[in-house]
Amino acid sequence: MQFESMIEFVAMGGHGLYVWLAYGTTCAVLIGSVLSVRIAAKKQMQQLRLVAFHQTRCKREP
Amino acid sequence: MFLREFWHKLGSPKWFYQISTGWMIGFAVAALVLLVVGMVWGLAFAPADYQQGNSFRIIYVHVPTAMVAQSVYISMGVAGIVLFVWRMKLADVAIAACLPVGMMLTALALFSGGVWGRPTWGTWWEWDGRTVSTLVLLFLYIGIYALREAIPDITLRGRASALVAIVGTINIPIIKYSVDWWHTLHQPGSFSLTEKPTMPVEMWAPLLVMVLGMYCFAGYIILARMRIEILLREQRTQWVRGLVA
Repeated sequence: MQFESMIEFVAMGGHGLYVWLAYGTTCAVLIGSVLSVRIAAKKQMQQLRLVAFHQTRCKREP
Repeated sequence: MFLREFWHKLGSPKWFYQISTGWMIGFAVAALVLLVVGMVWGLAFAPADYQQGNSFRIIYVHVPTAMVAQSVYISMGVAGIVLFVWRMKLADVAIAACLPVGMMLTALALFSGGVWGRPTWGTWWEWDGRTVSTLVLLFLYIGIYALREAIPDITLRGRASALVAIVGTINIPIIKYSVDWWHTLHQPGSFSLTEKPTMPVEMWAPLLVMVLGMYCFAGYIILARMRIEILLREQRTQWVRGLVA
């Protein structure tokens, strides 16, 4: 550990704003991209299920 | 022999969809572990730079995003060649999946570069060789994305974006050698395949972990996007219908 206390860790020797801004933005964007791709995958599967559902219904009730 | 078989199998979206499930999960788990370990290591345990102090820690998010942004572009160029020469459908899917990931990573690299530049160079932005060529990379990603949005025909869209992707790879060596050609502000490269790192091991070890983690992260997102695109394109086929049956 390079820092004596939590306060020192957050302050980053006076460069806290820059360090945390860079790390925070990077983390937020990476997490956001994971969420968006997972939501898109779920939507795609729902869409496929919907299509399959309609097809089976059409077959039963011509 | 094995390679030829693999090449033929790549022509089948169904085969790729099935085999990539495991790859995607592997990349996701590796990315999570490596990025968390790398960030904690870089933030709390790596020594501060004797000149830059703690602002130097931005290197652990800046360099990985910039490196992988360029690698994703190279992959897109390779996919472009494959699409052009062998007309492989999967290559077009790969281009479509690489675009948003590369765009995001380039934007992140430019952003963290600016945030690092403020305390180090005294400015958020400088018209330096490295920064300008990276900005060109971002515009290439945006340009190809816009081009794809503008062309409705799937074959033409693929070929046009492949062509721009191939031509645009000329920018990658320009980014790489920019720090040698124009000695302005940006510091020289952190990693080289042929030379020993100029940093001590306590500094470059977490960077290596972060770079590997970022590659796995990009691999995960690109595969996930490719799989969504495959399902969309193949939704009328028997095997995709079988998935939800």
